[in-house]
Parts: sequence; C-alpha cells; structure tokens
Amino acid sequence: MDRDSIRKGLDRWGRCGMVVAAVLCILLLLLMVLGLLWKSWPILESHSLAGLFLSSVWKPHGGQFGFLAFIVGSLCITGVAVLLAMPVSLLTTIYLSEYAGRRIRAVMSPLIDLLAGIPSVVYGVWGVLVVVPLVKDYLAPLLGRFSSGYCVLSAGVVLAIMILPIIIHVGTDVLKSVPQGLREASLSLGANRWETVKHVVLRRAAPGLLAANVLGVSRAFGETMAVLMVAGNVAVIPKSAFDPAYPLPALIANNYGEMMSIPQYDSALMLAALMLFVVVLGFNLLSRWVFSRMELHISG
Amino acid sequence: MRKQIEEIAAKILMIGATVVVAGMVVLILGTVLWRGLPALSWDMISQTPSGGYYLGKGGGILNAIVGSILVAGGATLLSLGLALPVALCLNVYFKTQSRLAGCVRASLDVLWGVPSIVYGAFGFGLMLWLGLRASLLGGIITVALMILPIMIRAMDEVIHMVPREMLEASDALGATRWEGAWKVILRQALPGLASAALIAFGRGIGDAASVLFTSGFSDRIPMSLAEPAATLPLAIFFQLGTPFPEVQQRGYAAALILTAIVLAASALARLVSHRAGRFVIR
Amino acid sequence: MTANTHIEVKDLNVHYGTIHALKNIHVKIPNCQITAVIGPSGCGKSTLLRSFNRMLDTMDDVRVTGGVLVDGENIFAANADVPRLRRKMGLLSQRPFPLPMSIYDNVAYGPRIHGISRRSDLDRTVEKYLRMANMWDEVKDRLREPAAKLSIGQQQRLCLARGLAVEPEIILADEPTSALDPISSRHIEQQFRELRADYTLVMVTHILRQARRLADYVLFMYLGELIEHGPAAELFENPREELTKDYIKGTIS
Repeated sequence: MDRDSIRKGLDRWGRCGMVVAAVLCILLLLLMVLGLLWKSWPILESHSLAGLFLSSVWKPHGGQFGFLAFIVGSLCITGVAVLLAMPVSLLTTIYLSEYAGRRIRAVMSPLIDLLAGIPSVVYGVWGVLVVVPLVKDYLAPLLGRFSSGYCVLSAGVVLAIMILPIIIHVGTDVLKSVPQGLREASLSLGANRWETVKHVVLRRAAPGLLAANVLGVSRAFGETMAVLMVAGNVAVIPKSAFDPAYPLPALIANNYGEMMSIPQYDSALMLAALMLFVVVLGFNLLSRWVFSRMELHISG
Repeated sequence: MRKQIEEIAAKILMIGATVVVAGMVVLILGTVLWRGLPALSWDMISQTPSGGYYLGKGGGILNAIVGSILVAGGATLLSLGLALPVALCLNVYFKTQSRLAGCVRASLDVLWGVPSIVYGAFGFGLMLWLGLRASLLGGIITVALMILPIMIRAMDEVIHMVPREMLEASDALGATRWEGAWKVILRQALPGLASAALIAFGRGIGDAASVLFTSGFSDRIPMSLAEPAATLPLAIFFQLGTPFPEVQQRGYAAALILTAIVLAASALARLVSHRAGRFVIR
Repeated sequence: MTANTHIEVKDLNVHYGTIHALKNIHVKIPNCQITAVIGPSGCGKSTLLRSFNRMLDTMDDVRVTGGVLVDGENIFAANADVPRLRRKMGLLSQRPFPLPMSIYDNVAYGPRIHGISRRSDLDRTVEKYLRMANMWDEVKDRLREPAAKLSIGQQQRLCLARGLAVEPEIILADEPTSALDPISSRHIEQQFRELRADYTLVMVTHILRQARRLADYVLFMYLGELIEHGPAAELFENPREELTKDYIKGTIS
C-alpha cells in the first residue's frame, strides 16, 4: 500500500470511528432514559399514579410509596432558593454589565467562578457550620418560632448561593447580547443610564434573564449533597420555612443502602431519579428554547 | 430630581448585591480555612485512617486523597478518549448545518443538565447489570459518564473558535480531514482543550453524588480496580456525620484539601488557556 | 455672509488608551447649515461626532482634553448636565436601532423621559414628528405595532422622528444612509434638506457625492487630524491642501 492510500484509509476509518463516537452520545442519553424507565417500571405498574404522586404516606416496609412529601419538599426548597437568588443575581448582573468599570469586573469575575467551583459537600459543611446555627439560634427565635436549624430555610439559603453563579454568568451573556447601539440611542435622547437600563436594556433582555433564572431553578432542583446536609430529611410535607424537608435527591442519596433489602424500594428510588431527570430536562429545554429564539449562544 | 434619586437608590441596591456575592465567597472560603487549617497536619495527609471501622479516630485521610485522585483522574482520562474525537468530529467532519450534529449537540446539552445523583443512580444500575461491585472501576466509569458532556461542551467551544479558514487552508494543501483535525486543529486548540480537561477534572473530583453508590468506601488505598475506593467528598460527608470530634477534624481537613484541589485545577485551567501554546496563532 | 457658530471645537484631543484618535481639532461648526465630515475610514470622523454628544463617555479607557462649546457652554465642563446636553443633540446612527417598543412608544420615549406625560400632548408630539420625518401616512394606522416590524428604511426614518421629538437644536448623523437602499436614502437626504431651515446638521459620510449634494460646509479629516475645512463650494472646487485634493480626486479613499 502506498502512502496515499494509507492516508485515505485512515481518513475514512477515522471518520467512521468518530461518527460512531458522536452517535454514542445520543445513545447514552437514550440508554439513560430507558434504563431509568425500565428500573422504575415495577413500581409504576403496581401502584396507581395518584397513590404515588399525590399521597404523602411513605412506608416502604408496608409497600406504600407516596412521593408527595418529597416533591413538595423539593419544590419548597427550590422556591426559597430562587426567591433569594433572583433579586441578588439580577442586581449584580446589571451592576457588572452596565455600571461597573473594568477593574471591578476583573475582581468579581474570578470570585464568581470561585463560587461556582466550590464542591457541593463543602457548601454543605458551611451550611452546617454557619447557616444552621444562625437559623436555629437567631432567626427562628426572632420570629417566635422553634427550629432545629435543619430546615427548608437553611437549605434554601445554601442553595441560593450555589445557583447565583450560573444565573449571573448566563445573565451577563444575555445583557452582552443587547446591541450597544440600542443603549446609545436611548442615551442620545437624553435619558440617563438608569432609565436606559430600565426601559430599554431590561425590556430587550427580559426573556433571556428569565431563562437564566430557569436554568438556576433546574440546577437547584437536582442539587444533592448540600441540601442533604442541611434540610433535615424528615419525610413530611413542610408547613413552614422552619420545618425540615426531604427533597428528592436526598431521598435517593440517603436510602440507596437499603435499596436492595426491601422489595420495590430500588424501583421507587429509580422513579425518584426519573422524576428528577424529567423535571430538570423540562426546565433546561424551556430555557434553551428561549435562548435559541434570542439567537444566543450560551457558553457553559 | 426624581430621576436622580431613583438612579442613586438603584445603584445602592446593586452595589449592595454585588458586595453580598463577593462577601459570600469570602465567608465560605474563610469558614473552610477556619476549620480546616487547624486540623491539617503532615500526618493527616500522609496516613490512612486507623483504629476502627471506617471512622477510626486515628490516622489521616490519605485513603480519600489518593482515592479521589484515582477516580477523578481515571475518569478524566477515560472521558478524554471519547470527548476529544467527538468534539473534533463535530467541528471537522460534520457540516455546520448537519442535522446529526444538531442532534448530538442537543443530546449533550440535555446530558449536561442532568443532576449528578441521576448519574449515580444510573451508574449503579449499570454496575449491577454488569455484575460489578462498588469499586474504583465503578466510580471511574460513573464519573466519566458524568463529566463527558461537560468536557465535550468545553472542547466544542474551544474548537469552534478555531477559524474555519485554518481547516480550509489545510484542505487546500491536499491534507485529509483526519490529518487536518489532528495535526492542525488540535495544535491550535491545545491550550483550550487542556483547560477543558482540567475543568472536567475539577468537577469530577468535587462531586459526591456520582460516587456515592458506585465507588464504595474504604480505609485503605485501593490497589486494584476491583477494590472499593474512598473519595474526599464522601469522606467529608461521613466524617462530619459522626459525633466524634477527632473524626470531624478529619472531615474539615478533607474539606480544605478538596477545596484546594478544585480551586487549583480551576486556576490551572485558566492559566493554561491564557498561556499561548508554541504553535498557536493569535 | 458669515454664519453664526453653533458648535465651537477648541484643541480637542481624544485618546483611546494609547491610540491618539483625534489630534488638536480646532473648528467652528456653523448654525443652521449642513456640515459634512468627510475622510477615509479610520480618520476619526465618528469619534468627532461622538464627542459632541459625549457618547464617548460610554466607552472604556477614553481620555478627552480640550473643549467643545455648544452655544458658548463647554460640554466637557466638570459639572455639565450630560442628559440635558445630549437632549440638545439628536443622534442618527448608521444602523437604525428602534427601541424594543411600539412605533408610538419609540417616538414618545424621549418626551416621556423629559416630563411630558399627558396623553393628548404625547399624541400631538408623536404625530408632529412622524410627519416631519415623512412617515405619518405610512404608520398612522399601526402606531401600536412593534417598531421591529418596519423595513430598515422606515426604521431609520422612525429613528429620525424619535430624535426630533426631544426637540434638539443639532442633529448628528453618522453615515445615516449607508445601510439603506437608494430610495430610502433619497428620503433621508430630502428630510435633511428640509430640516436645515431650523436645525444645525452635522453629517459624517464616506460618500463623496452625498457630501457634494447636501453639504454647505465641509470638514476633511485624515488620520485623526482636521486637514481642511470651509464652505462646500470652495473646498470642492479649490481645495488648498494636497491631501484634500487627493481624496476628492479619489487617489486616496
């Protein structure tokens, strides 16, 4: 074989191999979905949907798997997190994009990256050391309540800080995509910077900023370790922010050890994983759709 | 006049929010240092735990340090083997508007957003199906799966930034696309690709949920792929959950070391991508 | 016949970082005339224009020395009220940037900011300036529609109406027709001729023929310096400097 045919062969087979690898990625996704479905099938078959999703009775030994407490727990914690993170991230994003000078941005950018890089467990440690005592000894008594500190509020606070970086990062990209000419048009009409931001920039960027928050929500929903350490993990529907909650990821993480010993327990946990997958997928698709409408390319 | 007041009020709120964000970083890292530094000693990082079933009061966390590096390092290498060809293929072989490329990227987008606990659950199911026990290999495979979308996305972005003209120049000289991919694009994108691998490593080593079911836990350093491996995130989690202060100390030290490793990987990633490689055109 | 001076530029120097973009500009822009700023690309025409309404403030790392006097007031004074100054000048940029609102709200944006809130006043203002930009008949039935739906030529005229609605004295136009088709361009040029009666216009253009058609006064710039300036007729017929001659002839462009 001469050199050229070796080269051509390499090109053809190499291309083949690479395409196979690429298709494997699609297959991985399908495999994951199918795998989770297959593993959750037993419990979906043997229990009614209402019994699974609308009941809060969780007694695996007795064969009762009511997920409601966990679903509500996840929703409450995520809700608190978003409520806290949204205003802070919005204000910070606007400040860094529209007002801050180069030096401040140069300082904040690595700080935000740092925040994004801290591992989930470390957030959990911090939550246990700082947030839980704060809630237990100061916040709850201040409002006349009793709390062990391991509650929705603590988990929400920790989670809020965890999702700040992604909302700010994506939000900054969104604001960057607003053409400078638009700001100049408003300024040249005699508006000041705040009026320009309020009436022009934010109007234009609103869908994108909302989508950035939705990405934050989906991140919050799937977060495991940090909430596991501070949420309390009691399988009842929380009645206030000071009550403990048991979000879905924590359910899976805490109970895998007993998975194999109780019949259908493993199937139930896989169903929880499937639920998480679907919810997070839904949120992600929603925000990606908004970004594609705005013709924005979001970097990871 | 009212306009000015509104702007000043808004500015105060905005600066306040930014200070809060910055403050959080300082607060969290400060807490880690505050608790971790006193617990750190040479013994801590050079010895494995002794004196009891997983949570003995003596010794150090060497098992977790080595275990984490093995798991994350192995996973990064494994993932690299798949991520690099896919990222190159997406940009070199597929036409820019190809539907298959769109499907692949969309799938990777979805996979990128999947929570790590789902990867853990899936990895566990996979291991059961393959007959593996909780071990170093199980951890490596699961973490590799989890960081694959992260790595591919980062690499895709880097390679995407290489100007199309460079590839076309290679074509025009009579090179095959295979040669263009490995000899031209790779060289140009190398710093960015190395940076992507480091970022993925950082994510992999810091994650607990993916190794929770799959890599097991042990007091010893794993000597083979079939042995269970302790990891830093799990070590922190378990050790802080005990009532023994000595064990908790190990947890804080582990937290400090883990944070340091992750931040170092991230800093290195930035450094590598900024420093020009020898052949890179700017 | 000497015209009054509306804008007087004294010793203006602008630096972008280490780049000296405008060097010692010294010129008087006449009142109620169309002044064209011509020169090859990169010569600083846009920078000069943007210094007039302090739009340079929005960029990083810009240093301005010297003064620009509008009606005798130095716009670079430390205590200058920038929004008020900007209101005196309307900016028409190269690419039209309609604000993300309806046609009505686009034109009403400026007046609303400056305190006009009564519905009837705004209605009147919007109609008046849309008529002035020669757009009223085309859009009067769809004032509530998003401005983004207009064609690019209509958008540019909308931007003109919007700029006029704040009642400036000076109109700054940065290559206002370069993104437009010939018919829309002609519309804009026609508007400029009519506006000349009441407004001072400063227009940056790289189309020499456009400058010949419209200008009463011309500034020729090259590499950040003001090479020559004077009444259009004089400059085009009898340019004094070699560079000017070369540019007009087309030797340099």
